[in-house]
Amino acid sequence: MSDADHNRQTPGDRFDRSTDRRSLLISTGLTAMAAVSASVAGASTRFVERLLRTRFTELSSERKAEILADLEQEYGERYARKVTVADTPPMDGVEFGYGLDIARCVGCRRCVYACVHENNQSRDPQIHWIRVLRMEKEHGIELAESTAYYEPELVPEPDAFYLPVACQQCRNPACVKVCPVKATWQEPDGIVVIDPDWCIGCRCCMSACPYGARHYNWTDPTIPAAELNPDTHYLGNRPRPKGIVEKCSFCIQRTRKGRYPACVEICPVGARKFGNLLDETSEMRYLMREKRVFVLKEELNTRPRFYYFYAT
Amino acid sequence: MIRDIFSFVSGSARLVLQGNRWYFAWITFLGVLIVWGVTAWIQQLNQGLIVTNMRDQVSWAFYIGNFTFLVGVAAAAVMLVIPAYIYNWKPIKEIAIFGELLAVSAIVMCMLFVLVDVGRPDRAWHLMPFFGSLNLPSSLLGWDVLVLNAYLVLNVVIVGHLLFTGFHKRPYRRRFVVPLLLFSIPAAVGIHTVTAFVYAGVAARPFWNSAILAPRFIASAFCSGPAILLILFQILRRTTSIEIKNEAIWKIAELMAYAMFLNLFLFGAEIFREYYSNTHHLIHTQYLFSGIHGHRALVPFAWGSLIASVIAFLLFLFPTTRRNLVTLNLGCLLIYSGVYIEKGMALVIPGMTPDTLGEFYEYVPTLIEVRIGAGIFAIGFLLFTMLCKIAIPILQESEDPAEEDLPQAEVAVP
Repeated sequence: MSDADHNRQTPGDRFDRSTDRRSLLISTGLTAMAAVSASVAGASTRFVERLLRTRFTELSSERKAEILADLEQEYGERYARKVTVADTPPMDGVEFGYGLDIARCVGCRRCVYACVHENNQSRDPQIHWIRVLRMEKEHGIELAESTAYYEPELVPEPDAFYLPVACQQCRNPACVKVCPVKATWQEPDGIVVIDPDWCIGCRCCMSACPYGARHYNWTDPTIPAAELNPDTHYLGNRPRPKGIVEKCSFCIQRTRKGRYPACVEICPVGARKFGNLLDETSEMRYLMREKRVFVLKEELNTRPRFYYFYAT
Repeated sequence: MIRDIFSFVSGSARLVLQGNRWYFAWITFLGVLIVWGVTAWIQQLNQGLIVTNMRDQVSWAFYIGNFTFLVGVAAAAVMLVIPAYIYNWKPIKEIAIFGELLAVSAIVMCMLFVLVDVGRPDRAWHLMPFFGSLNLPSSLLGWDVLVLNAYLVLNVVIVGHLLFTGFHKRPYRRRFVVPLLLFSIPAAVGIHTVTAFVYAGVAARPFWNSAILAPRFIASAFCSGPAILLILFQILRRTTSIEIKNEAIWKIAELMAYAMFLNLFLFGAEIFREYYSNTHHLIHTQYLFSGIHGHRALVPFAWGSLIASVIAFLLFLFPTTRRNLVTLNLGCLLIYSGVYIEKGMALVIPGMTPDTLGEFYEYVPTLIEVRIGAGIFAIGFLLFTMLCKIAIPILQESEDPAEEDLPQAEVAVP
């Protein structure tokens, strides 16, 4: 289990050691370079500051606050409305888990679009963090026979059932292991997050993810200003630039304040469950006790926190 | 010392700027390709990687395929260094330096292919040890960055020292060069093994998740890299006074025949496992060789690559065709193109088709991708041409038996 333990370290544990030396190196050498290049090239100081910034998790809380304020100002200017960017920390004694009742899901994809709106995914080109797969009853759960592109008049279709897939928030995440720059990690509450200001866009994590849960900004994402969700989190739904990877964060901006994820709230048939795996009285623990749950691709040993079940 | 360096640099610059009409025509041709590629890259920087045909389903493709192939070419320098310095086999030894020049050029191309594939090249410094946050030991791409850079530095130092001392007509320092040369052998195996592990370590992609991927990479590298050099040697001995014996060319060709056999054998072992066990994982191999649901973009390339590799193997296997320069060169072209497809597109794309949720997205590169790729190859060839231009006169002088300073008698490996 050493692998899992390693992955569950918080970013702070891992980086404190090297922070001083590195920040010293950077503050002396690179800020000098930054000053020179800014004056020479006439680049905006914001650009240069971003270019040479240290990882978010390694910064002091004052510096973080400055960066959040800076982001709020930038988004405010771009979308001409007030946007908040929080870095709400994980709650003590909380590890999030997700449950999805395949017997109830009707394949309406309201969750897909609620997620798009809540998490400020690009509208053009469209990015969907949730993929609802239409399975043929004849085959059972068989990804090779499934499709995400079904367009019937009415759902559910008589010969089909539906399997929505998003980030499985693995305890042993393959995506975190392969990232060459530590731009993605697992938070203490189990959420696998990406620092959008640190990702280099190499897409190793997209190769490694067995669930197609990671999505790339192939070009500048577009979000109509009126549709922007202004309540954002640094590691979650704040507007992202092109050239980086993004993914489901269990609605980190909501769930860390005790709310349900948007997909759970919108589901018209109550197929989606969410709760604290460490709390024996939570709905998640109840259904794991009373129903029979399973995970996708268990042979890969990713150990998801996303459980499927049939509650007939 | 500083004066020596200055005269070496200015002397090298003079060599590069001299040449006949054909030389300048070649340089101009490469320059045009580079401009064609750079303008495409600028467009890609402005609009993002959406100008490629990569999408979430097939998120690595042409660029990473070329990168993988070129790591093999770079690793092939060992093909010449091993027999030259371990077995002290003289005919090859004189020309091993060209293998290292090729390695330097190929590594530069590798790095450029990675650079154009990442979405945020401005953040490439995050990959630097100490300054950035290189994720070691767990990220294989992190290891790849380290070994590729180490391999580049190693080859630049060796080649630089040999040329510098040769330029000043001094003997090179054996104690300095020989250990580095010996170290470059495991380093060459290392770059290709680590690159194979980037793929082989991905459990989510059964097409890549194979224990024999690294041996296959190395076997195919021993085919494609020397193929370029064999053709180069024939050009060199026609256009310069560097003497390259037929004996040396045949020896390399013979070694290539072994590598080709091993490459085909490992391929067959993989094919047997896939088709005989006939699990869900077979779908990627089927997509490559027979197409699925009408998705057949890779099928002609897959068969073309296999047929080219088999014909090249037969040409290299029989001494009569191996020693005939016409069939030898035909074999070189066939194996080069066969491995280019096999280790490039035919490795990366079927690994991601269908994607992890079973979706078929059929990828073919856009013109922008091809332009950027052509530009990078042109940069690599330009670098290689210039390095050869500097090396050739120095090697020509060393052929004078009175001087005998370059790789000949100096290196005595026990």
